[in-house]
Amino acid sequence: MLEAILRSRREEQEILLMTHIVIGYPSFDDSLRVVEAMVEAGVDVMELQIPFSEPIADGPVILHANQQSLAAGSSVDLCFEFGEAVSRRFDIPFLLMTYYNILFKHGIDAFAQRMADAGLAGAIVPDLPPEEADEYLAAMQKRDLAPIFIFSPNTSDARMGEIARVAKGLVYCVARKGVTGADTTFSEDLDAYLARCRAATDLPLALGFGVKDRADVDHLRGRVDLAVIGTQTIRVMDEQGVDGVKPFIEGLRGPA
Amino acid sequence: MRERGYYGDFGGSFIPEILVATFDELVDAFAEAKADPAFWREYETLMSSYSCRPTPLTYAENLTEHFGGGRIFIKREDLNHTGAHKANNVMGQGLIVKRMGKQRVIAETGAGQHGVAAATMAAKFGFDCTIYMGEVDVQRQRPNVFWMEQLGAEVVPVSSGTRILKDAINEAFRDWVTNMDTTHYVLGTACGPHPFPEMVTWFQSIIGSEARRQVLEQTGQLPARVYACVGGGSNAMGIFSGFLDDPVELVGVEAGGRGLETGEHASRLASDDASVGIAQGYKTYFLQDGDGQMKETHSIAAGLDYVGVSPILADLREAGRVRFAAATDEEVVEALRLTIRKEGLIPALESSHGFVQAFKEAPTLSRDDVIVINQSGRGDKDIFTVADAIGDPKWKQFIREKAEEYDA
Ligand SMILES: Cc1ncc(COP(=O)(O)O)c(C=O)c1O
Repeated sequence: MLEAILRSRREEQEILLMTHIVIGYPSFDDSLRVVEAMVEAGVDVMELQIPFSEPIADGPVILHANQQSLAAGSSVDLCFEFGEAVSRRFDIPFLLMTYYNILFKHGIDAFAQRMADAGLAGAIVPDLPPEEADEYLAAMQKRDLAPIFIFSPNTSDARMGEIARVAKGLVYCVARKGVTGADTTFSEDLDAYLARCRAATDLPLALGFGVKDRADVDHLRGRVDLAVIGTQTIRVMDEQGVDGVKPFIEGLRGPA
Repeated sequence: MRERGYYGDFGGSFIPEILVATFDELVDAFAEAKADPAFWREYETLMSSYSCRPTPLTYAENLTEHFGGGRIFIKREDLNHTGAHKANNVMGQGLIVKRMGKQRVIAETGAGQHGVAAATMAAKFGFDCTIYMGEVDVQRQRPNVFWMEQLGAEVVPVSSGTRILKDAINEAFRDWVTNMDTTHYVLGTACGPHPFPEMVTWFQSIIGSEARRQVLEQTGQLPARVYACVGGGSNAMGIFSGFLDDPVELVGVEAGGRGLETGEHASRLASDDASVGIAQGYKTYFLQDGDGQMKETHSIAAGLDYVGVSPILADLREAGRVRFAAATDEEVVEALRLTIRKEGLIPALESSHGFVQAFKEAPTLSRDDVIVINQSGRGDKDIFTVADAIGDPKWKQFIREKAEEYDA
């Protein structure tokens, strides 16, 4: 179970790292090498994005990665094969991240079954609010998979409570408005927001959107359980190649 | 989330968490406006003093003679200020923006008609304005880009995805999730998350209520059939709204592109190529592959070149209330030329799709029958596309000379 794994890891680490890749970008081979590098660098949990043609919540970097992966022939079947391969091989939890149409077209129950068969731990579906999620929640619950939901700075306290009732595994706290990839200034407003998040749920809290370097991760120590590094790892890979990934991740938390 | 907005199995509100509060605010503002009779009066006054409402219903006597069947009437949405029905929706949403106290509007556009209308509304109401437009559409609708910029809007060409309307919608959403505190997204058609399908239909229903009254006044009878082109579905929903409770056959005409059999079209409801899916915040029929990835679409008319369709129309099709047909690019140019020659009217390429189907069916009806075609917009904007389709040598010569003039 995702929550239990995260809690036990948290006993050894003050802050956990969650990273994001788009499966098949720039190629399936490279995706595998990136996962390998990230696991070796000590990442605690990974989001694997199944590309979608309309990734409405993603900024230019991840949007581009989605399109390139699809153009290179990625498919949902290949993404599941990839997910299964990495979750068999590496001893950290893997989550799927994708948009709801991918699940819907596949059949929601069948999708959850494939996740379970592949050994995946949970899913993040950013365009699926809990109000629309009955079938998804039932399918995930049946297989003990974690449906991960999102808090945002303008989510009301009452709504956070409602979301917390159906969320499992962890809650993904979006640090700010906007899409993935833009910079975030971590301010005092963030503390007030995180206090509201903490009050709404006992689940581990992950903070993402704009977390990009060691200073950001340091800032989040003691404030949340997980720091999510999404766009920045893709940027590092674009700029320095796959070999740049391991030192980058190690530098986020290890000795300076 | 206040409301989800379903029409049968279609519609809904599939939005990222960051936008939930913004949609709640919009749902409330719209509900208040709708419940306030003064709001609709304000809207009608604006549309009659700033635009050209009520737009006429024109008897197309020569086309009627030509086809020798039912009497053809044309609802003249081309006579709106900015040249299309898009003005109805945009001015209405502009009044809502004023109520919400926001200072900036953003919009997507395909044909550029919605973009021009939104930029016009922003100029009149004093809002900042950004328009997202696919790169392909920027090329094929250049005159409208020129006018949007003259109106003070920033036009952002969208180079992601298929570089047409759906991609412009995605970019507008990306802007909105960042700037929702100051900004309203003026969605241009009866698609997207709730309350857009309902709200856009409400403003466009002014077409149908006028048309119903006018056709009764002019002919003493209800039409046998009403035809409208269907992109996202706003002009169709607008005119159909007036006749939903009447014994009137409603016909939506989608883009048949190069022919349904070629796969290069944008027919979601008239072809078997689409399936139910969820994208851009709502559930409807989409042209997508087995994995749920959206397909490339094609139409000569940028405004119909879209993967999804109004969830209200999807439901009306399922209920058997609206019939759907497709018109090919070639048929559309033919119908446009005939309408220009016979009536001196220049429908937009989008609107001409409705004419194609009406022309196919008119001869099968009798002189006692009346049919109404919604001319959603005027065709001036299409001058480059139409001149190419017709292959007019004098126009080409003019363009060459103009280019030389710039090079000199
Ligand atoms: C003149 C005209 N008609 C029709 C449409 C299609 O939109 P809808 O189906 O929402 O009426 C457009 C869209 O740009 C348009 O410009």
